[in-house]
Amino acid sequence: MSKDVVTNIILRDDEDYIINMGPQHPSTHGVLRLEVCLNGETVKYVVPHIGYIHRGIEKMCEYDTYKQIIHLTDRMDYLSAHMNNEAVSLLVENALGIEVPERVKYIRAALNELNRIASHHLWWSAFGMDLGALTTFFYGLRDREKILDIFDESFGSRLLHSFVTPGGLMHDVHPNFRKNIMEFVKYFRKKLPEYKKLLTDNIIFQNRTKGIGVMTKETAIAFGVTGPSGRGSGFSCDVRKIAPYGIYDQLEFNEVLYTNGDSFDRYMVRMDEMVESMNLLEQIVDKMPEGTEFTAKMKPIVKLPEGEYFQRVETARGELDVFVVSDGKKHPYRMRFRSPNFSNMFTLNILGRGLKIADLVAISGSLDLVIPDIDR
Amino acid sequence: MEKNMDLTALLAKIAPQGEVVQGNQFPELTVSAEQLFETAEKLKNCKEMPFDFLLDLTAVDFETKFTVVYHLESTKTHDVVVLRTDLPDRNHAEVETVSGLWPAAEFMEREVFDLFGIRFKNHHDLRRLFMEDDYGHPLRKDFKDDINLIEYPN
Amino acid sequence: MILEIYSFSSLTEAIDTALNNSMAPWLATLTELVIIGIVFLSFYALLGLFLVYLERKVCAVMQNRIGPNRVGKWGLLQTIADLIKLLMKELIPIKNADQFLFNLAPYIVIAASFMAMAALPFAKGLQAIDLNVGLFYIMAVSSLGVVGILIAGWSSNSKYSLVGAMRSGAQIISYELSVGLSLLSIVIFTGSLQLSDIVASQADGWWIFKGHIPAFFAFVIYLVAGTAEINRGPFDLAEAESELTAGFHTEYSGIKFAFFFLAEYINMFIVAAVAATVFFGGWMPLHIGNWQGFNAVMDYIPSIIWFFGKTFFIIYLIMWFKWTFPRLRIDQLLTLEWKYLLPLNLINTVIIAFIVLMGWYF
Repeated sequence: MSKDVVTNIILRDDEDYIINMGPQHPSTHGVLRLEVCLNGETVKYVVPHIGYIHRGIEKMCEYDTYKQIIHLTDRMDYLSAHMNNEAVSLLVENALGIEVPERVKYIRAALNELNRIASHHLWWSAFGMDLGALTTFFYGLRDREKILDIFDESFGSRLLHSFVTPGGLMHDVHPNFRKNIMEFVKYFRKKLPEYKKLLTDNIIFQNRTKGIGVMTKETAIAFGVTGPSGRGSGFSCDVRKIAPYGIYDQLEFNEVLYTNGDSFDRYMVRMDEMVESMNLLEQIVDKMPEGTEFTAKMKPIVKLPEGEYFQRVETARGELDVFVVSDGKKHPYRMRFRSPNFSNMFTLNILGRGLKIADLVAISGSLDLVIPDIDR
Repeated sequence: MEKNMDLTALLAKIAPQGEVVQGNQFPELTVSAEQLFETAEKLKNCKEMPFDFLLDLTAVDFETKFTVVYHLESTKTHDVVVLRTDLPDRNHAEVETVSGLWPAAEFMEREVFDLFGIRFKNHHDLRRLFMEDDYGHPLRKDFKDDINLIEYPN
Repeated sequence: MILEIYSFSSLTEAIDTALNNSMAPWLATLTELVIIGIVFLSFYALLGLFLVYLERKVCAVMQNRIGPNRVGKWGLLQTIADLIKLLMKELIPIKNADQFLFNLAPYIVIAASFMAMAALPFAKGLQAIDLNVGLFYIMAVSSLGVVGILIAGWSSNSKYSLVGAMRSGAQIISYELSVGLSLLSIVIFTGSLQLSDIVASQADGWWIFKGHIPAFFAFVIYLVAGTAEINRGPFDLAEAESELTAGFHTEYSGIKFAFFFLAEYINMFIVAAVAATVFFGGWMPLHIGNWQGFNAVMDYIPSIIWFFGKTFFIIYLIMWFKWTFPRLRIDQLLTLEWKYLLPLNLINTVIIAFIVLMGWYF
């Protein structure tokens, strides 16, 4: 192991001033408990305690069919529900060797990118709140609403869609789908500079984030920090590039990489990813074939052949891996989700050590944690 | 496929005692629990392609044995290999920790310990992650929760 | 000079004469004190409610929202409904808290802000007490509030409260210097600490115009330091919502919480009113040198409108940057004061002293 990878070993002292941030705390974005040891305002160490929203999804999967499992995956990382759905769907399709129609692949990619932008909207809103800039919340949600309206029109739900199933989609998208996406991209290209004016260019914001919570590339790889958080450290880990799935190998896009690894770079990665996602959406809308087919032929009950299957998918927060051991029955024998937030969250102790409480909040905001995904 | 042939050859070179198979997706290497740490260290420090990114660490309960599965990626070439080890003794399942090689393993091992009861030797902070201390190990196939779990019809 | 019909002196003098004619002098004084007390109390409460309403509306404008619009016309009664809610809420007793200090703290905070208001000149002839050290008195009394905040944080028996209170202490002790020095620069111009003198000295133009760039600079520093002193964003570290849940008043509920809340808004009013008085001429209309015609037209606007207009303009500025800026970190906050504002302020004061010495002002 290289020298700048710090380990997580914690030495406790009797005179430590320990504060429990959470499980009910405004800045932990859910039921995460951080045991923070303070020396005045300075953080000595952080111990994350999780499990407050552990629902045993992996155990429940062992009793459900693959089509039922789709509905459980929504509840893990609820802000990237589409990507989670697609992970299981792709795994089943690859295991059975089913080729889904071209149009479905494009629709899935479009939904992925829309979901990614919506997720980054909410992250941006909440990140501003973490730093005390309360107005960002309403700007972010204003634009996120436009995407949720597109979702709402096509499949009637706004957050937990369960729209992608093994073999295709639940049903066809709304006829206005293509038009709505074009309108949204046009609208949001105008609105994104507002984000820059309101938060990115603010001198207080830059002082609060630049050079704070520096994660080296080695640390990112060692701790398995993926997604925008890892790419802010220069760790090239975009699954859409390194192990393309769906239609991504036919689309042109750049993997956003920043190298400083501080909170500001993690922030910039997400801001640039929104632009990349909009570029992708434009290509998808251009290339999407006409037609009405939305699913491949599937048997009503899906049974995977005996064996082990592994599927990697890039969600809005990083790499989601699904690992399935099948014994040939309609339920998986063992289902495992490697959730991106799980790995990202445990770097808090290393990034936050020696900084102030406010920095710890900024770092946990810049890692963009979704707690139900950690606990599963 | 050719690349994968190279990978299997590499794996065979690294662990001569291990069993190398080309799985349906990735090359798979099975070693005994005693050799696991040594093999993992070799893979991590392998010159051609250092497998420095621990993608996933999990376990499967095969009723007769536990299998601990490691998915490793090389960030240089983006190749993935599967490392696995079988633990036949269900009551005293124990394997050396790899958290010294990949810090990410520290918490995945805690999760596996929590859900399966597999102990990791030399892990410096092996506490349960999700469950309470007196709760069973829910991902074991013989786990029964009389109070909460609904029995599913098969 | 301002028109006599808008002066409140004739009204106050009439009341004073009537009281003195009808009762013994000591009783008349006592009655006057009671009347002034009641007037101030009701003004205080109404002002607090209005400021909360204003804040919610301003914040709504900043955030693409409408703001309160259900209770009463344009939601005007919303804050009254909130007040009733807060009055009826349970006061949750805290286990192992120091009960006496815990209950005392809100009163200290609110008394400090109440006392500061007494010396403000609201309009011509409308000032409860015109001390010869009025400015000094306001500064001294308004910074007593931090004692209440420290007591609240300490007695709550909560770790978040304690951290919030310590932050607040460090913050107010630091920024008090900048507030004092920037006000001092205008005192150098006027040569008096008496607020009526300061207002009178601006009859031919406000200090922010007469005092050249140094006076404007002092105003900016005063605005920053004043915002920091009242614990408002971007300096709201003492109650930093995302870090300390609610800081020093985490454990307070119901009307005790409302006291802290109210005191915060009144403090904002005091900071804005002092800025208006010292830099913008208080109730003095906009006069420009010898432009007789222009000055006469300005005099037709009542002085009380001038005072509240200026004050609410500054309040709007303070709200504006609360709702658009992120919060500073504690070390950045102290760096800003000790490394930038204080040295600049000292230099600024010396420059102003030099200007006054050479007589280079209007």
